[in-house]
Amino acid sequence: MKVLISGNEAIAEGAIQAGCSFYAGYPITPQNEIPAYMSVHMPQAGGVFIQAESELAAINMVYGASATGVRSMTSSSSPGVSLKQEGISYIAGAELPAVIVNIMRGGPGLGNIAPSQSDYFQATHGGGHGDYRLIVLAPATVQEAYDFMSLGFSLAEKYRNPAMILGDGMLAQMMEPINIKKSRIKNQKYARPWALTGCRGRKPNIVKSFYMQEGDLEKFNLHLQEKYKTIEAQEQRHEGLFLDDAEIVLVSYGSMSRIAKGAVQRLREKGKKVGLLRPVSLWPFPKKAFGQIRVHPGGRLKFLVIEMSYGQMLNDVKLALNCKYPVEFLGRAGGGIPTEDEIIKRTLSLLSR
Amino acid sequence: MTEKIIIAGSGGQGVMLLGKVIAEAAMKENKFVTWLPCYGAEVRGGTAYCMVIVSNKGIGSPYVDKADSVIIMNSPSLAKFEGRLAKGGFLLINSSLVHAQIKTAKAKSYPFTEIAQACGNIKTANMVALGALIAHRNILKEKSCIEVMKETASSVKKELIEINISALKEGIRLK
Repeated sequence: MKVLISGNEAIAEGAIQAGCSFYAGYPITPQNEIPAYMSVHMPQAGGVFIQAESELAAINMVYGASATGVRSMTSSSSPGVSLKQEGISYIAGAELPAVIVNIMRGGPGLGNIAPSQSDYFQATHGGGHGDYRLIVLAPATVQEAYDFMSLGFSLAEKYRNPAMILGDGMLAQMMEPINIKKSRIKNQKYARPWALTGCRGRKPNIVKSFYMQEGDLEKFNLHLQEKYKTIEAQEQRHEGLFLDDAEIVLVSYGSMSRIAKGAVQRLREKGKKVGLLRPVSLWPFPKKAFGQIRVHPGGRLKFLVIEMSYGQMLNDVKLALNCKYPVEFLGRAGGGIPTEDEIIKRTLSLLSR
Repeated sequence: MTEKIIIAGSGGQGVMLLGKVIAEAAMKENKFVTWLPCYGAEVRGGTAYCMVIVSNKGIGSPYVDKADSVIIMNSPSLAKFEGRLAKGGFLLINSSLVHAQIKTAKAKSYPFTEIAQACGNIKTANMVALGALIAHRNILKEKSCIEVMKETASSVKKELIEINISALKEGIRLK
């Protein structure tokens, strides 16, 4: 069935279709349509919707609900997600699955409500305290916003690790037709022997992120590191376009990648050898895809990273390329959005050098 | 075919709805479409706008920098969006509320608000504008727009559907 739906509504409906039965959140623009949709449809689906008294309360409710083994989520926007960081670290430390949606807006501070990619650092390189990782997925279309909810829950359960869906105000507010078909979604559910379900007849389960005995916390951290290595090996995702003969590869994620894709198509029509590499999983970062790009015999190869920020993904691209090729940057923030024309102008100037 | 449209007016004039009807109708015709609203602190009486792209191929950016068509429903919107028209683009103006001199060559002015009043509901000025747009730009079929209207309004408001359809037809007749 094809429906016209906004990114926010697609996220909410995608979560319900994925079997999410607990949502707690606190209002903030530009993600308010998620709790609004949830408040109507979650009870209808037999789940629980709570408008919490604060972001802190919401993330800790998710922590508690997830410990009982139900698919749980929260959503917010940049300043609200900053408030949730303590809880996210606890969820990672307790090895619980949960999905956190961040519809990014302009920052820092209260910032504004315009589309931005201000929180890449926070999402992929910590955010909360401790050596933990989030699985971070960045949808670029409303269809993906819908599909990535079940993917996010599946990965979170598979690895007992919180997952984040990282979008922005443009993706969240825009409407696009999408296909809603339950069978198409890779929605894998996993057993939860760790869940707190009442211990009559079995050994009690303990969910915690607290290790007082000497050596225990280090051992636990080593276990986490092993898990993160597995995720890095198995869960890298990307989309590539015209990478075989590209002389310049644009690198961009989320909404920004749509604009970059438009520029790539226009440049190809002019016969320019331009490609696009779009990280779909921001963590694990799709390093393998970067490693596979080869310079054309007798040709040259450059990269242009484009973000709605002043260069947060840029460092990961440089690391993935091991400084083998020149990496340039184009970015705007605070509500400024690089346009197709700006991208084309910059790409042409880089090609002519 | 790719048509990039900006629709702007006063909060309460049905600017968002006008964009959504275009989007829904385009979806019915199996076209690609994106609808992007402004989502600031818009209130009744303030300016509101949305950006719609209708195309035969997949759409990159939903953000419209330069529009092929701009619909202006009130005066403040003209000042804000006249400059966003692409070269050779089509400017459609609600002359009931906009009395300014138009610099753009390819502009059409019609009294959408007064025509809507004559149809029996001032709020249908947006549908008159929709009719004028599809008549001039040929981007959608009248039939798809009417189907969308029938699906959008609840069944208890049947008389509203009829008024909206007549407003659309009045708009189409303007060409």
